[in-house]
Amino acid sequence: MKTNRKALAALSIFAAGSLALTACGGGSGDSGKSSSAGSESGAATSNAIITTNGSEPQNPIIPTNTTEVGGGKIADLIFAGLVSFDAKGAVQMDQAESITPNDTNTLWTVKLKSGLKFTDGTPVTSDSFIKAWNYGANIANAQGASYFFDNIKGYSADEKNPVAEMEGLKKVSDTEFTVELINAEADFTKRIGYTAFVPLPESAFADMKAFGENPVGNGPYKFEKTGAWVHNEGVTLVKNADYQGSRTAKNGGVKITFYADQTAAYADAQSDELDVLDAVPDSNFTNYESDFEGRSVNQPAAIFQSFTIPQYLEHFKPGKEGELRRKAISMSIDRESIIKAVFNGTRTAAKDFTSPVIEGWSDKLEGSDALSFNADEAKKLWAEADAISKYDGTFTIAYNADGGHANWVTAATNSIAKNLGIKAEGKAYPAFKQLLDDEDKDKMTGAFRSGWQADYPSMYNFLAPLYQTGAGSNYGRYTSTEFDGLLKEGAAAKSEADATAKFQDAQKVLLKDLPVVPLWYSNVNGVWGNKVQNVEFGWNSVPLYYNITKAE
Amino acid sequence: MIAYIGRRLLQLIPVFFGATLLIYFLVFAMPGDPIKALFGDKPVPESTLEAIRAQYNLDKPFIVQYLLWIKGIFVGDFGLTYSGRPVADELARAFPITARLAVIALVFEGVVGIAIGLYAGLRKGKLFDSVALFISLLFISVPIFVIGFLVQYFAGVQWGWIKTTVSGQATWSELLVPGMVLAATSLANIVRLTRGSVAENMGADFVRTAKAKGLRRGRVVRVHILRNSLIPVVTYLGADLGSLMVGAVITEGIFNIKGVGGTVFQAVQRGEGPTVVSFVAVMVIVFMLANLLVDLLYAVLDPRIRYAK
Repeated sequence: MKTNRKALAALSIFAAGSLALTACGGGSGDSGKSSSAGSESGAATSNAIITTNGSEPQNPIIPTNTTEVGGGKIADLIFAGLVSFDAKGAVQMDQAESITPNDTNTLWTVKLKSGLKFTDGTPVTSDSFIKAWNYGANIANAQGASYFFDNIKGYSADEKNPVAEMEGLKKVSDTEFTVELINAEADFTKRIGYTAFVPLPESAFADMKAFGENPVGNGPYKFEKTGAWVHNEGVTLVKNADYQGSRTAKNGGVKITFYADQTAAYADAQSDELDVLDAVPDSNFTNYESDFEGRSVNQPAAIFQSFTIPQYLEHFKPGKEGELRRKAISMSIDRESIIKAVFNGTRTAAKDFTSPVIEGWSDKLEGSDALSFNADEAKKLWAEADAISKYDGTFTIAYNADGGHANWVTAATNSIAKNLGIKAEGKAYPAFKQLLDDEDKDKMTGAFRSGWQADYPSMYNFLAPLYQTGAGSNYGRYTSTEFDGLLKEGAAAKSEADATAKFQDAQKVLLKDLPVVPLWYSNVNGVWGNKVQNVEFGWNSVPLYYNITKAE
Repeated sequence: MIAYIGRRLLQLIPVFFGATLLIYFLVFAMPGDPIKALFGDKPVPESTLEAIRAQYNLDKPFIVQYLLWIKGIFVGDFGLTYSGRPVADELARAFPITARLAVIALVFEGVVGIAIGLYAGLRKGKLFDSVALFISLLFISVPIFVIGFLVQYFAGVQWGWIKTTVSGQATWSELLVPGMVLAATSLANIVRLTRGSVAENMGADFVRTAKAKGLRRGRVVRVHILRNSLIPVVTYLGADLGSLMVGAVITEGIFNIKGVGGTVFQAVQRGEGPTVVSFVAVMVIVFMLANLLVDLLYAVLDPRIRYAK
């Protein structure tokens, strides 16, 4: 008996510790609330601050050097470009009044709205755009997004010959300028919706790095104060009352907390510490829809996933044999079952080379039967190819082990092995950079995983960088004059509809040649808490924060 | 004694250079181009990549990179992360957080572990002893992330006792529960270690002598049993302090603590030489100082151990 009582006494240390914590937790929660309610003034819309997840930006927030999601999320909220996109990815004028092309889509005239201002009070003029774009394009500044300007006349990627001022950008007046392009570009208005094309205030150019720590923008939000970005911790943005554009904020601000591990963010969302989470961790795929009933989303994103079979791979080279084998491999993969078993339905089987969130997407392109599962047909095609030249190797799909690809690669290679009766297996690289290195040097001995996340919602952006002859991310070394020609025609097309038709024709060529085997589109899986309403995810999988309302 | 400490501190120097050189080489030897990987599949022109590599001295041979880093640390410059921020800032940010977490874990496992272990050892075979042994076995066999998730889910999400994650300030009170989670396995080990040691010493001759002298039970336990039983425990705690200070990737991940473990993990993944080697350098020093401290504590606990002048 005595022993027992003492045992309880010892265990009560745990209990005491927990109680003390309860008090602390409650206290800091309250103080957080009062500080957010006290800031800024507002009329009809609520002043509450939306809390959401993010990740530490890789670089200071300089729009032309922000190419990853962590910094991109912040930059898109505090800067506004000429255009922005609605939830469906359609272009809407933001800082621009109008953008008009000439007959050949090579000269674009931009007119700005009048009275635009940065949050430091200085005006947004043609010069703010021209100078910012010139800075980003200048190879001497080593900006990660410099290649986005490569179609503007005067652009140079030659480090020995940096261009400080591109001749293609000409100021007409403070609210008007023209952009001359090297090649025709039908969807130029979409390209300039990308983060790299925003204007910068004069003060930025004096010390760009310092500017990136405390950026001054013209977007729907602004930094709460100097030093609002606390490294590795988060950043608090408040509504910019001076903003004139299509994305006026309906809340008081956005507080972004950086998480190294999404499961921690999920726990915060469950306990209402976090209002909106735009990336549900894999481990919660089975239960997030019941945990957040009616407050979750599972929709295709502008992310295309595939594996590339390089053109230099034996038995898969251009020609009849390669064509048969590529189609056989593609048809032997049971995409729907893999999506269900491996991803719990959080992918959407691919029907083309772009994404359903992109205008012009179609699941009925000629030749898209190559992407549906048909074991008999696959076996037949493989046998036909074997008649040309016998295949006795092992088909491999290389992947980076640090990216969570092992499961689907195993499933896909099992599917191939079973349905074609050949040996197939995954080949793991420890890290992404090692895989990339071998891809870069054309040293792949089999297929390898590939994928693309669009920078702006355009078919062209899914096709040109990946499959055009000599394109930067064309690691399969695919080349087709027919495809290249159709892309070019599409880019020079008079209307958007004409352009879309050409790009669809270009896709038909891809469906025949299968430079990569399309697998699925990633979905965006997000959840939100009880306190917020009107949560909608944009084409780029990022919630449209400005539309979210929150009760105070 | 002073001479002994001085000699031990001098030994730090070659170890420091050896360890950092080795780590730097390992990071350098990792295949793949970290700068290209920063941009993923994006078609960044080679000239841009060249310029960024030059910024971080990655275009220079390995030994030059290492010597530049060594040169830098003498003026407090630990190089740059690939975000362009000084590694020194990262050190100053991450180590205090991890230190707080480690101190909480160490105090918790030390005080509670020794207390339970002592009591169980004194009552060997009784109910308390059996329960303590059973629970400690449970803690040893259940992986730490299971304990972490369970605590987070029940105490944080379900019952709302604690905040589910730790804020950027990572205050002492916020770190209390994560620290306890982190300590769970070691706590169980210390309970078992102390209990075994105490139980063994209970039957030792010097304890019987002490009892026969008519000393009060409290004094026998404190001075004769506990003090002699603590040597293996202190060794364990010393080693544990080292590993706690070098970070706890899993616990940090669960509670979103931005400490040393996660930072180094990310830096290794990104191939960020200066960050990895700077953190490791500090870890090496911490580890060696912790070892020195343990060795000195031996002398306090056991008068037979005396260090030569």
